[in-house]
Amino acid sequence: MEITVTVNGTQRSADVEPRTLLVHFVRDHLGLTGTNVGCDTSSCGACTLHLDGESVKSCTLLAAQADGGEITTIEGLARDGELHPMQQAFMENHGLQCGFCTPGMIMAATSLLDEQPNPTEEDVRIGLEGNLCRCTGYHNIVQAVLACAKG
Amino acid sequence: MTLTDAPTTTSVIGQRLLRKEDPALLTGEARFTDDLQLPGALHLIVARSPYAHARITRIDTSAAAAAPGVVAVHTGADLTDLWAAPMPCAWPVTDDMKNPAHYPLAVDKVNYVGDGVACVLATSNAAGRDAVELIDVEYEPLEAVVGLEDALSDRIVIHEDLGTNASYTWPLVVEEQEGAVDRAFADAAFTVKERYVQQRLIPMAMEPRAVAAVPQPFGGDITLYTATQVPHILKVMTAITLGIPEHQLRVVAPAVGGGFGSKLNVYAEELLCTALSRKHHLPVRWTEERSENSMATIHGRGQIQDIELAADADGKLIGLRVKLLADMGAYLQLVTPGIPLLGAFLYAGVYHLPKAFSFSCTSVFTNLTPTDAYRGAGRPEATYAIERAMDTLAAAVGVDPREIRRRNYIAKEAYPYEAYTGLTYDSGDHIKAADIAADLADYDGIRAKQKDQNVEGSTTRLGIGMCSYFEMCGLAPSRVLASLNYSAGGWEAATVRVLPTSKIQVVTGTTPHGQGHETSWSMIAAEKLGVAVEDVDVLHSDTAISPLGLDTYGSRSLPVGGVAVAMACDKVIDKAKLIAAHQLEASAEDLEFSGGSFTVAGSPDKALPLAAIACEAFTAHDLPDGMEPNLEAHVTYDPPNFSWPFGTHMCVVEVDTETGSVDVLKYVAVDDCGVQINPLIVEGQVHGGVIQGLAQALFEGAVYDADGNLQTATLADYLVPAASDVPSITLGHSVTPSPTNQLGVKGVGEAGTIGAAPTVINAIVDALSGLGVTDVKMPASPINVWTAIAEATASNNGDVGGTASAPDTSTSATSGEADQ
Repeated sequence: MEITVTVNGTQRSADVEPRTLLVHFVRDHLGLTGTNVGCDTSSCGACTLHLDGESVKSCTLLAAQADGGEITTIEGLARDGELHPMQQAFMENHGLQCGFCTPGMIMAATSLLDEQPNPTEEDVRIGLEGNLCRCTGYHNIVQAVLACAKG
Repeated sequence: MTLTDAPTTTSVIGQRLLRKEDPALLTGEARFTDDLQLPGALHLIVARSPYAHARITRIDTSAAAAAPGVVAVHTGADLTDLWAAPMPCAWPVTDDMKNPAHYPLAVDKVNYVGDGVACVLATSNAAGRDAVELIDVEYEPLEAVVGLEDALSDRIVIHEDLGTNASYTWPLVVEEQEGAVDRAFADAAFTVKERYVQQRLIPMAMEPRAVAAVPQPFGGDITLYTATQVPHILKVMTAITLGIPEHQLRVVAPAVGGGFGSKLNVYAEELLCTALSRKHHLPVRWTEERSENSMATIHGRGQIQDIELAADADGKLIGLRVKLLADMGAYLQLVTPGIPLLGAFLYAGVYHLPKAFSFSCTSVFTNLTPTDAYRGAGRPEATYAIERAMDTLAAAVGVDPREIRRRNYIAKEAYPYEAYTGLTYDSGDHIKAADIAADLADYDGIRAKQKDQNVEGSTTRLGIGMCSYFEMCGLAPSRVLASLNYSAGGWEAATVRVLPTSKIQVVTGTTPHGQGHETSWSMIAAEKLGVAVEDVDVLHSDTAISPLGLDTYGSRSLPVGGVAVAMACDKVIDKAKLIAAHQLEASAEDLEFSGGSFTVAGSPDKALPLAAIACEAFTAHDLPDGMEPNLEAHVTYDPPNFSWPFGTHMCVVEVDTETGSVDVLKYVAVDDCGVQINPLIVEGQVHGGVIQGLAQALFEGAVYDADGNLQTATLADYLVPAASDVPSITLGHSVTPSPTNQLGVKGVGEAGTIGAAPTVINAIVDALSGLGVTDVKMPASPINVWTAIAEATASNNGDVGGTASAPDTSTSATSGEADQ
């Protein structure tokens, strides 16, 4: 089936099998491999991206469900060679090590600040509980999000 | 390069430089193996056994072969000609170690759930996954061996040709005179005898494994891309196992999403992709699903530990007995048998022990996923046992856990200290580390608060626990590895090259996957050569670019690989000095090198920067007679000793005695990894390590049913903690430089994991000690904590085996291991 989405500001169309998951559509059909797959139970959040302004786990949606929608992936955050403030905060606070969970974590974190611009540490920890990281122990991720919120 | 703190020194080393690795990872530009675009590649899907133990009686692949998009279907029996040797185990720890032949696909019999039996090659991943369901395998199920003691009984022998489930028994007895251990226990004023169970853990690197083998159309060369920690080791082992020329094999580890030991191996899928890409003359790729990862990537830990301490009237250790029963799983993977033995040398921890030590490890096969290295690998287990037992000894002697440790610490003045095992510990200052930790944790304040809070009837009990550890890392002096029957050395290689425009290339044999070597090695080269960090590039993880190396594991990269980089810089400077002397018409002995320039002693106006020498070395127009052009140096460094980071961790918990839930109020980690190249990176390593150790203590465990089915195969069932499950961490540190290398570094990758599990459990037991609780099984889930309280209470009331019933809080991941 043919679906059309706006991805990182550009309209893209592709012919996909109806069973294609959104994450596979983004990775395999659009070639945007920054969005990762880390599990098969919607537990890890590595595939988090924004659909119509909300963070979603793209392994739990069919590509067809995104038809006509607006998608932002990690590749769409940095503008004109400048990192997004959340990306910059992750860098400055050493909020990433291997970097595999990072795209999903950053997409979830930007969404969190949209909803809660001034979160407490506990708000950040609860807000990110759908995204797993095995390297950082979360300490510096939490610091990064708090730093980004403070601007 | 941006600084997070203003530099306090002009030295590069020690600054909190932001990582060079980050921009690519932050923007999605980094390429992990599954991100590689390989037009025309076939997708490999492996059919896996649903039985833990069964004979394969028939495989019908016809329906799968006829399915859309399928190019080939292979069974284990079809492919036997592809293997020149079984899958490798590089650590035959004893001469009589039993090692069953293990091939990428099983032929007659499966020995764990997830054992590969057949595979599909298809034009897409989805087509392959559909087709693999059509492979019809007929099994004759056999009873599974799940428990370690059951395995040891040989009631059912898994590998019949071996005649036993015991792979090996490895003893290490160190006695001043024969019988010293028995005498120590006979003479002891206090003895402690404890049994601890190290539950199986699943490493769960966030990136599942992925492989892509790409053959060249002509000539037989092949490039193997794989999510591995060890491309160099894998190249040698793949060449041997497939019987292909090693020089025609190139192994590349693209961006790798965490390893923690689980990607330190030679896996069936790496061999299958390589062999089948040669067979079909097409690229072959495979990407693991998470539930496959849980079953078919190695597990860690899995030991029953019996430890006995003998102490004199002051509580000082005079003898130690350790007996391990270790779970190898169904087969021996790359270094499976050596893992429990890596801990053998750490059972006396940071304490003085006379030569009265008896250790023995018996390792058994089970019908479970093979075990191998997982963050710390043998050393967290050893540290757990001694640090839990020291708390028990403190209780027996009637002194505080801090005091029993203070009485036993190896004195700072005693370093370098030759231990009872013959190993030399390079440095340590344990009282200092413990004092810093106690201040940060408010140890005395918590003790005072406990008196008010932990009173009769209180249901919210406060506890504080500690652990002092040594980490034996910097693997390793090759001769020591030889004495342990390890099949390889422990050196590391580095090349430093000054390019004609004076930019620097560092080639390293280490293989980072989150540790930030590009940044840290750049800092080392910048410091040594007096250049900007931005002017250094670090090349790694590709055997065509970095042909020599032994890769990244065991906290070895900095104390071995980083030191090799520093040594290669020294060699570059030595050569550059000869060129400078020639150019300046001075004697090399009169030249000084600092800030990137050579100057003649006493004539500071006569200076020659490295940049000018680099150009000179490149043009070779006017070099000293007989000197080779270009400015580069190669070093292979074999360390003279392990390195010995140490530290003290403390944890404050509150335990709800009615629900068994544990709230971690504070976690303090004081680590001494010697000189810190980049404190930002050091802290990140400790944070992550601590949470992995804390996760073993509180959450994680691979749970099998009695038939050997893994009940925790997904991230929904296996409790990798989320941000909301864990505390922030308070860090302190001391710096005791290693005297055995020029940088004074020791390594820090595993320290957090080694310290955390005993610290947390000691805190929980401390909180509950007033209720008579003396131990809590890991993971200390609500049900396990509640059960420990209930049993202690029943025992106090003389009511063992009473009618207490557990609250309904169990989950599949916290209900304990079957038959263990």
